[in-house]
Amino acid sequence: MSDHWTIDRGLVERIAKVARLELTEDEIEKFTKQLKVILEAFRELDDVDTEGVEPSFHPQELSNVLREDEATPWSWDPLENTEHREGRYFKGPRIQ
Amino acid sequence: MTGVIDRARELDEEYGIFNALAESDDSMGGGRLEGVAVSVKDNVCVMGMETRAGSRVLEGYRPPFDATVVKKCRGEGALILGKTTQDEFGFGTFNVNTPFKVPVNPHDRERSAGGSSGGAACLTSVADFPHLALAESTGGSISCPASFCGVVGLTPTYGRTSRWGLVDYANSLDKIGVMGKTVADAALLLSVISGPDEYDSTVSQAPPEDFTGYLGNGVEGLRVGVPREYFGEGVDPGVSEAVWGAVKGLEALGATVKELSLPHTGVSLASYYIIAMAEASTNLAKFSGLRYGLHLPLEGAFDEYFSRVRARGFSEEAKRRIILGTFTRMAGYRDAYYMKALRVRTRVIEDFKRAFAEVDILAAPTMPVVAPRFDEISAMEPIQHYMMDVLTVAPNLAGIPMISTPCGRVDGMPVGLHLMADHMEEGKLIRATHALEVSA
Repeated sequence: MSDHWTIDRGLVERIAKVARLELTEDEIEKFTKQLKVILEAFRELDDVDTEGVEPSFHPQELSNVLREDEATPWSWDPLENTEHREGRYFKGPRIQ
Repeated sequence: MTGVIDRARELDEEYGIFNALAESDDSMGGGRLEGVAVSVKDNVCVMGMETRAGSRVLEGYRPPFDATVVKKCRGEGALILGKTTQDEFGFGTFNVNTPFKVPVNPHDRERSAGGSSGGAACLTSVADFPHLALAESTGGSISCPASFCGVVGLTPTYGRTSRWGLVDYANSLDKIGVMGKTVADAALLLSVISGPDEYDSTVSQAPPEDFTGYLGNGVEGLRVGVPREYFGEGVDPGVSEAVWGAVKGLEALGATVKELSLPHTGVSLASYYIIAMAEASTNLAKFSGLRYGLHLPLEGAFDEYFSRVRARGFSEEAKRRIILGTFTRMAGYRDAYYMKALRVRTRVIEDFKRAFAEVDILAAPTMPVVAPRFDEISAMEPIQHYMMDVLTVAPNLAGIPMISTPCGRVDGMPVGLHLMADHMEEGKLIRATHALEVSA
């Protein structure tokens, strides 16, 4: 992490947009401050030599579990927890 | 067992334990859990029972199915008692990060029960009826509250238990585990819930084990390692002393003890939080107010609608983690943060592998301190909350099993002894903690 990035309001606003999260002015200000502190603390990872070290996406090697590709009955209705339905469909907000 | 439900309601009013409670006893009896009430952490799905994982964004969600672990408990005759309080999605160490009830510590109401499985630990401590708890850990959420409340908390190897039906926090870290008043209780419930599951592609294919078979096996010849880094700066001297007392106890029972080093303990904290937040921010992307949980009127375009629902449904810590987790995965920052954290995780795993070539189990304090007071907690910054997890995140990153068991008191509050073992070696943890328990 040799580069230093500026953690500012603009960045937090950009992240919030990517994450589909509406933030208030107070939240943006607070998170900007906290992000600086937290990311600065995380930089202690720079001290660890990881040259040639593979990343561990999982804690240990597990093999995939596969089953026969056969249909099995599914007893519940995916629509039963939604308030936004029309007939047998989920109803979403308009696209634009 | 209707009396049990009434009693649970009273305890809930006193301690803040449940986000939902069974309305009637529908247990079938007849198995290993006959006559036992099993409580379920709010983030584990129970059919028909409101399941919110401590979050407003899941308000009103009633799962049309049971999580695999719940189904297994029902199959053994248990009463599924209710959903226990927790930090929102598991995001916390003190169970204060939730818009719902905050459980209090049964030993001192001014103090935290620990998090994120706070309700589970609190109930395990105060239940005056046969009870076992299903809890869940991502970075220490079973061990921490077990330590603060003075109960036994067992986090199994990653993949030992099915995660199907769990509201995910971080998929490479989440483990469903157990709590009980005694080691035998914890061993029994783990025996019931472990094993392969066709609905979880990351579960171990090892056949289910009867962990109660390890009870009473003693610790003769068991090699115990004490990692120096777990007794460093920030660890309360009284806590260190109590834990060393337990280690000496194991030695007196026939175990051998040696000190060793796990050099990446300190940096495991940053590695853990980066990975956990990155995974959490992707998991939380699915909550959009369409298919279940919190709904708002369908106004505005889809980005506006989703952003509004999420702003309303998530509370502060969840928002903070979404922002941080999204940042560490973004183009330009990903290599420096997320990928770097995964490489450091490899180093942390190597530390443990090296240690377990020399010893059978590792012994350390579960938490650096006893349960803090709520006024102390509210004065802490987020980074200080995260730092409280410094002793539990490394074993969680490595996916190794761990158990917290009471080993004395400081200022009248319980201290937790944390034992860790190599992957799939839960038996050694049960042997050691049971030996200590019966010798006490």
